[in-house]
Parts: sequence; structure tokens; C-alpha cells
Amino acid sequence: MKKLLSGNEAIARGAWEAKVNVATGYPGTPSTEILENISKFYKDDVYCEWAPNEKVAFEVAVGAAFTGARAMTTMKHVGLNVAADPLMTFAYIGTVGGFVAVVADDPGMNSSQNEQDTRQMARFAKVPVIEPADSEEARVFMRMAFEISEKYQTPVILRSTTTVSHSRGIVKLDEQVELDRKISFQKAPSRFVPVPAWARPMRVRLEKRLEELQEEASISSLNELEWKDRSLGIITSGAASQYVREVFPDASILKLGWSYPFPDRLLHEFAYGVEEVLVVEELDDFIEEHVKALGIHCIGKKLAGGNLVPRIGELNINIMREVRDKLDQRMGSSSVAYSSPDQIPLPIPGETSVSGSVPPVLSDSDMAKPVVKKEAMPAVPPMDSAVELPVLPPRPPVLCPGCPHRGLFFALGRLDVVVAGDIGCYSLGVSPPLNRIDTILCMGGGISVAHGMACAKNDKKVVGIVGDSTFFHSGMTGLLDIIYNKGCSTIIVLDNRTTAMTGHQDNPGTGKTITGQATKATDIAEVGRALGIEHVVEVLPRHIKETVAVLKEAIASDEPWLIVSKTPCPLADKISLGLPLRVNQEKCRHCGLCLKLGCPGIEKEHDQIHVNTLLCASCKLCQQICPAGAFENAPYNIDLNN
Amino acid sequence: MSSTLNNYAGGNAPSDTKSVVLVGVGGQGILLASTVLAHAAMESGYDVKTNEIHGMAQRGGSVLAQVRFGTKVYSPIVPKGGASIIASLEKIEIFRYRDYLDPMGWAIVSNQEIVPVTASSGQTPYPELGKADFAKFFPRLIYLNAVETAKELGNPKTVNSIVLGAVSQKLDFETQAWEKAFRSSVKPKFFDINMKAFFLGRQMN
Repeated sequence: MKKLLSGNEAIARGAWEAKVNVATGYPGTPSTEILENISKFYKDDVYCEWAPNEKVAFEVAVGAAFTGARAMTTMKHVGLNVAADPLMTFAYIGTVGGFVAVVADDPGMNSSQNEQDTRQMARFAKVPVIEPADSEEARVFMRMAFEISEKYQTPVILRSTTTVSHSRGIVKLDEQVELDRKISFQKAPSRFVPVPAWARPMRVRLEKRLEELQEEASISSLNELEWKDRSLGIITSGAASQYVREVFPDASILKLGWSYPFPDRLLHEFAYGVEEVLVVEELDDFIEEHVKALGIHCIGKKLAGGNLVPRIGELNINIMREVRDKLDQRMGSSSVAYSSPDQIPLPIPGETSVSGSVPPVLSDSDMAKPVVKKEAMPAVPPMDSAVELPVLPPRPPVLCPGCPHRGLFFALGRLDVVVAGDIGCYSLGVSPPLNRIDTILCMGGGISVAHGMACAKNDKKVVGIVGDSTFFHSGMTGLLDIIYNKGCSTIIVLDNRTTAMTGHQDNPGTGKTITGQATKATDIAEVGRALGIEHVVEVLPRHIKETVAVLKEAIASDEPWLIVSKTPCPLADKISLGLPLRVNQEKCRHCGLCLKLGCPGIEKEHDQIHVNTLLCASCKLCQQICPAGAFENAPYNIDLNN
Repeated sequence: MSSTLNNYAGGNAPSDTKSVVLVGVGGQGILLASTVLAHAAMESGYDVKTNEIHGMAQRGGSVLAQVRFGTKVYSPIVPKGGASIIASLEKIEIFRYRDYLDPMGWAIVSNQEIVPVTASSGQTPYPELGKADFAKFFPRLIYLNAVETAKELGNPKTVNSIVLGAVSQKLDFETQAWEKAFRSSVKPKFFDINMKAFFLGRQMN
């Protein structure tokens, strides 16, 4: 069946055909109608919501994608600035279910405050960007975007522009794909938690993935190579390709539907086959710059020092005719793509780089070295290289002794839930033995990722965690989203009355400014109530039983809960909770339950558990959980405030 | 100034840059020690650069602080094999960073054991090592029982100053420079006890 659809309608259709489960967004011209169409025509099949901003919308979709669901989010180009935080790190983590961010640019600023080029953001984030040129492509590309996303576990940006979004064209409606998958978040902290130790391998995988994507882009049907007259070859993309085809009907054309990662092999192949290369693209010289970087001579934004294809505003047929006229009128010969065949860097499959055959050149270090006068030192016996190095136990950062978060995490350990974490000291709850953080995305993301998983109907209940400062930073909007969109997640604010991880800075909740002046202390529970949450409870996390009871009630509920876990960081205020405890060895049953607290103050050596009195902060969590009552107050007399 | 540094190529060449690495566990006062050391170098007329791991490493994790000084210092980062001294406030942490040490350099180890959670939970045991084991890896070694000394002094948190005192044995800064450095880096009420600790460390071997 064929239908005349706008680009935005076609994107909505393509998303439905790809069986998207969750669609979020924030309105912004020219992207708005995409989500409107989904909510109008496909609301029975797709969960959709307007979020309070693009960042929350993005995070909710990420949460959904983590469960294996297909998810999308829509926004305009400037909206992606707001969502840049989740975008950048999501690229590292990678997705499970297909994830597509549809971002609509507005060349010409028809209804925008700037005309930034989203392709730059895609390159910045190291994620693929695909650019449909009309409505039918919009539908097809949307389907393919989900496939690329799932094949490479990468978020994909589908970049539309005002012309593509708002123009209508004939679209062939297709059936919905068959997908039968279980929506269930699979715990794997090293996969979903980008703390430095795990983010580093993610970083390496990201580059490897880009290389793979580049290969795929070179053979993808999203890119079309059309040979005609070989005297001029035009590389183009998106709406601009339409004008090119109209004004240069005889030229050979390479139309990039998948513009990043750049399809290098294809670009070389095309440039090799034509005498002159012209790049025509809307806004920045995104492709042109790369073509030049490949060593291919080309013209585009400039011709012989003058302007050729404008970089400002939308392109159109008239502009393309002016471009054609300028090319026709120029004096002298055209600039050829490769000035001599020797320079062709075309990689031939199966042939390795020739650099290995280059004769060795003496490096500076082979030259005569200046004699450096060293300090006269007595002879030292050389290190015995035969001696084996001791095997060291890893020493990752851990929650400090006395940290109030430890009680909350231990309590959470009693419950079978997924925990969406956030950025702060409490990120450390991810480490064994606590193991109580399952995902981290970005500042404030814990709340919206939890909501997103619930929106995708994850098989387990989800709890979102943020700190007090992070709540004020960008957690509040996520909470607002849960209220507005009738979510049911339990959100825990770990309120330790300071911005602890960065070194105890004040924040809007502490009642002090940076200079120490007294100011209004915003109350998190009050904020929650003002946003519309009915179940707001404050708990003292060092009281484990009471904390577990509140958590159980909240998680069993079908309504959203805000639990404020409130106890000051003992390091911030240099508070002493008392003298260190000690283990009564006669009572200790060696059950090891206290070690599950992950407290650095509790040490086990030679099968004996003891308290390191220099570290113990006397929080007494161990006393509460020890079934043998072995933790006793010690008779030391140490001034803990030093 | 002192003979040690002037024996290297002089002028503005960065080759006279000397590096000291301090390691240990977050909370032991390594950053304070590196601050004092940097100030002492500055008071001695040198250009100084320091680099520390901040953030998560403060929370009981392994910590590394680097101090470089000389006529003109460019990189704040110590090259592998480039440290004249590496001082460890915790017994085994020195092994994590031993490749920073110049083969001719000095290793200063405080034998305080802080058992990480990973060892207590049975993942990897805390290695059992004595002074002789360290001597095998570090031919130039000062091995201290700084915690005992700190406790005798009445404040176990002065371990960092004791170790810094030991470090000072291998540097040519005047005593006055160290005093000025402590005064500018330590709260007034802790100045005396830290100086005392420093001088105890300065005599230990």
C-alpha cells in the first residue's frame, strides 16, 4: 500500500514497522510530529511520553533499551545539547535493544535559535548517523537504524532536516517486523556501569566498533553510488542530494545515507572513478573535510578562493544552479580528484600496507647521545630479576568506613530488584561484596533510567538512586517525569548533606553557599511532595531493619515512592560516632556476614576477623547484623577527631 | 643550591628535573604529604609541578601522588623509571607503582598493613612479606614502622609526616624550607606534632 506521508509521519511509521516498544521525546520544530504521530496511531503498541526535557527523554529511552526493548527518542538539534550527557556515555556502554535518537536539524533557522549540524555531534559522540533524503527513505532508514543499532550494540542518530521532516512523499507501507523477545534486564556490571575501570575497556571497544561500522557503511545499501558522466562526481547527502540530482542530472553521484562513520573505501572508489569531486551538503563541510583528509582533492564550500556551496542556511535548486553556473564559468581546467595515479591510497583487499618495506632510517636516538653526568652513587646490587613479584589484592575505591550509604546498599541487598545508579560516591555500591548498582549512565540519569526500564515493562521491579547534589543537578526533572507520566518506580535519594565525591562542596540542600554564608536549605522531601509524589519517606540508613521495611513497602507498591536516605557524611563534618569496635574472638562464628558490608574497617586475615581500629568509624552496622553479637566496644582511647 | 641537583646538566635544560612518587591508600594523608614536599621544593628555589589522583581514589582506593622539581619542570607526570624516590605509606602499595622507580632510586616503605576489602572477602589474600622480601626488590630501601612511632607520638595520623621525614633524608632541602612548607600546608594546631613526626622520620633508617 502506498501513502503520501510527511517525513515525520514516515519516521513514525518506520518506527512502528520496526516494532519499537518505547518512544520518548520533547517537542521541538521540526521534530515534534514524529512522537505525535506515534501516540496518535500506534499508542496501543508503543509506550510513548513527552518528558520534561530532552535529557530525561533520552535517558528513559536508554533505560528501556537496556531491557532489550527497542526504544527511540525524538528532539530537535538544540535538544541534543541538553541530552548530550547521556548520549556521550551511552555510546561507551552500548545498547541491548535497538536505540535510535531522531534529531531534526533546522538549516535556515525557520524556527530555531541556531542551525548547528547534528552530524558533528554524532562524530563527537562516536555514533553512526544516517540521513534520509525523503519520506520513503525516512521509513526505510528508521527500520535499518534499529538493525544497525542491535547488530553493533550502538545508539544510532537518524538526522532529519526541516525539508525532509515537513515534505511529503510517497511511502510504501510495509508490515511490522516479527520480534519475539523477553523484556528483561540482564545484570552485568562491567557491561552497564562505566566506572573508570570498566569505562576504559568500553573506550577501546568504542573505537573498534567505529572501525567495524566504517566497513559496514562502505557496503551498506544506505549509501548509493550512481555512475554517469565521469567528468564530475558529486558526493552529497540528505535533502541536498535531491537538489543535486535535479540540477546535475548527468553527473556521477555518491549519495551518503550513512554519512558517519565515513565509508572510506566507498569514497576512494568513487573519487578514483571520476575526474573531479564536488561535495554538496547542507550546513557544515562535514563530509568535505573528511574527503580532503583522505587525500582526495575536491571542491565544495569553496572554489578557487571564492564561495561555492553555502555553509549557511538551507540549500535549494536555485543555489545549486548558481553552483553549476560557477563551475561552468570558471577558467582553466578542473581540479582532478587525484593529481597523479601514484598518489592513489586506495587500499586493495588482501594487500597489506607498504610501510613495512621502507628502509630503516636512523632515528635521533641512534645518533651520538650527549653524555649526561650522573650523580656519583655507590654501587648497588642489581635487582634480582628471578624473584617473583608478590600477587597484590586489588585495591579499588570503596565506600569509607562509617559511610551512611553502606546501610542503604546492604538493605537493598535483601531485595530482588534492578538498581539504576548515578554519579557520586554511591557509584561505589557497584563493587563486591555490595553489588548493588546495576547501571550508571550520567548525572541525574539514575531516576530516568529506572523509569525507562519500568516503561519497557521489565520483568523485575526497578529502583533508581541519586545523591542529594545529583538530585538538584538534574535528578528533579527525572522525578517530575515519573509523576507526570504515571510511573511507578521507587526513587532513593542518598542524602549525605554534601557533594561528597568531589570533596565535600556545598549544594542547594546544605544551607550554605560556597563562601560559607547561611542560605535557604532546600528540602528534598518537600521538593518531592511539591512535584506531586504522595509517598515520601525519610529513613536513617544506619538503621538497617527500619530501612529494609520501608524499601519493601515501596517496592511492593504500584505508585511512585521517594525515599530520602538521610545521614550526613561523617568525613564532611569530621563527626566522630564513637570509639572503634572490636571483635570478641570467642563469640565470632566466622560466618562472614559482616564482610558482606564491604567495610574497609573489617579485616580478615588468617581466618580471623578483626577490626582495624585506625579505620573503624563506629557506625555499628556490623553490630546490627552480626548474629553472634561479636562486635563490642573497644577499650582504646584514641582521639578520632585528629 | 645543593650538590645533588647541580651535578645534572644545568641551565634551563629540564634534565635536572627530579621526581618523587608517594603512594598509599586514600585517607592516609598522601596528598598533604605531596603538598608539603612541593612547598619545600618551592621554598628551596625550584620550579615545581605535582599531580595527584583525585576523586574516587580518595575513598579507600590506591593513591598515587607525583612531585617533580628542578630548574624548569615541563611534564607533571613522572616517566616510568624516572622517580628518584618512591615512598609508600602502606606496606604493599609500593609494588603497584614500582616501575616508576629509577633502578638507582630509593624505596621508602612504611610497614602499615591496610587490608583491602578484596582480600578480606577472600578474593586475593594479602601477601605476607617482611623487610627481607622488600630488600630483594629494592636494593636501596628504608623500611619503617611509622605507625608505631605515630602512636607513641599520640596521633596515628602523623604517619605521613614521619614518612616524609624519611624522604627528606634523600633530598637536599634545608630544614627551614621544610618548616616553611609545613607551616603553609598544615593547620596551625597540628603544626607542632607534624614537625615532631617529620624530625623522627628524618632520623629513622
